[in-house]
Amino acid sequence: MYLADVGALARKDLLLELRAKETLPAMLLFVLSALTIFHFALPRGTGHQAALGLLWAALVFTALLGLTRAFVAEREQGMFDALVLAPCDRSAIWLGKSIAVFAFLVAAEIVALPAFQVFFSGLSGRTVAAVVLADIGICTVGTLFGAMAVAGRARELLLPLLFLPAAIPIVVGGVGGYLWFLALYDAIFALLAWALFEYVVAER
Amino acid sequence: MSGAQYHDPVRRTLATNRTAAVCSLAVVLLGSATALIFFYAPTDADQGFSQRIFYFHVPIALTAYACFGWGAWKALRVLWKGDDRADLESYVAIHQGVIFGALTLLTGSIWARASWGVWWSWSENQLVLFLVLFLFYCAYFMLRFSLEPGRARANMSAVYALFGVVLIPVSFLAIRLSQKFIHPVVFNSHGPQMAGSQFFTFCVAFAGMLALFAALYQVELAGKRADAHVRELRELLST
Repeated sequence: MYLADVGALARKDLLLELRAKETLPAMLLFVLSALTIFHFALPRGTGHQAALGLLWAALVFTALLGLTRAFVAEREQGMFDALVLAPCDRSAIWLGKSIAVFAFLVAAEIVALPAFQVFFSGLSGRTVAAVVLADIGICTVGTLFGAMAVAGRARELLLPLLFLPAAIPIVVGGVGGYLWFLALYDAIFALLAWALFEYVVAER
Repeated sequence: MSGAQYHDPVRRTLATNRTAAVCSLAVVLLGSATALIFFYAPTDADQGFSQRIFYFHVPIALTAYACFGWGAWKALRVLWKGDDRADLESYVAIHQGVIFGALTLLTGSIWARASWGVWWSWSENQLVLFLVLFLFYCAYFMLRFSLEPGRARANMSAVYALFGVVLIPVSFLAIRLSQKFIHPVVFNSHGPQMAGSQFFTFCVAFAGMLALFAALYQVELAGKRADAHVRELRELLST
């Protein structure tokens, strides 16, 4: 029952994106431009490690772009009220949205990671696994903060300020390739976000 | 609040003048801590006089954690019990936490300059952690001030404050993973690695900082409550 609600909510977001094609093309273009900028920002002959670090910066900022757009439809069309009235658990809204954002992010990375491999250097399987684990953390925390940010006056300005300090451990775990740490981060913050999301949308 | 439930005159006075009591406690403790730090604690054999900033830096840092923890506890009360007063209390505690956090960065930076000759060292875990926390909790104010006062703002601030207190150990682990560990280890599993006189000085300084937090907390809370009260009265008058 719960999973059916989550599935319906995620499907709604994916369908919206399929029709409007707003977020995903923007994320793709952004991540490619960012990688191009990083090529010129890095001095000639810098090693694999430096480039890998910049890949993580590119991924976090691309995710931020997607997260900023995540609740735009809800806000502009006043859909939060409808969602809160819907006869489902409120945390299902968060889980559905997280899954949709995760799908966009993975789609962007399916292009970005091969592009990185072509532009800079090869990627190990460990890095790819770290990227997937980091995506889970980014989407779970980012969706919660995204829902908070759209309620305020500052909106798009607010989300990076809320999200980036919380994303620092993700970057540390990703650059170092500490898979267990990323999994721990995902577990802790997914649980916390799942438990607390209700209060974010309950009254506005 | 009313002190009517207390029959003992000393307890009644303390309850009605809690702010004054806490303030005087802070003054006494911090005064004696300063005296102890400069005249009683032995000079460190390795780092010399500059090591004395330890007795300010570490208590301030621990007090900042206490502020964030207290803020998160009050945030939990907001969400759990729907306690309206706890919202302002949580905000004030985090406000004090950010101030103590900024002081931690400042004193840590001075200490780093005195012992290593640099103002900032990425290999000092506590300093980096405080930078991350400082950034995180500054965003708390941005969030709070971009929302209209009310139930929704109380809830969101509380959710963010709870996230922050969970982020502290996670960030600490991350920072520890990210670099080799060169911060002088004073507390470890064998207990404090200090002489008795040093430990006593440290405890007095820590108690002083906690009392300072309590005093500032009471004063700011009283000010904010009076402010809200005046605003309510003004609205009543204008209608």
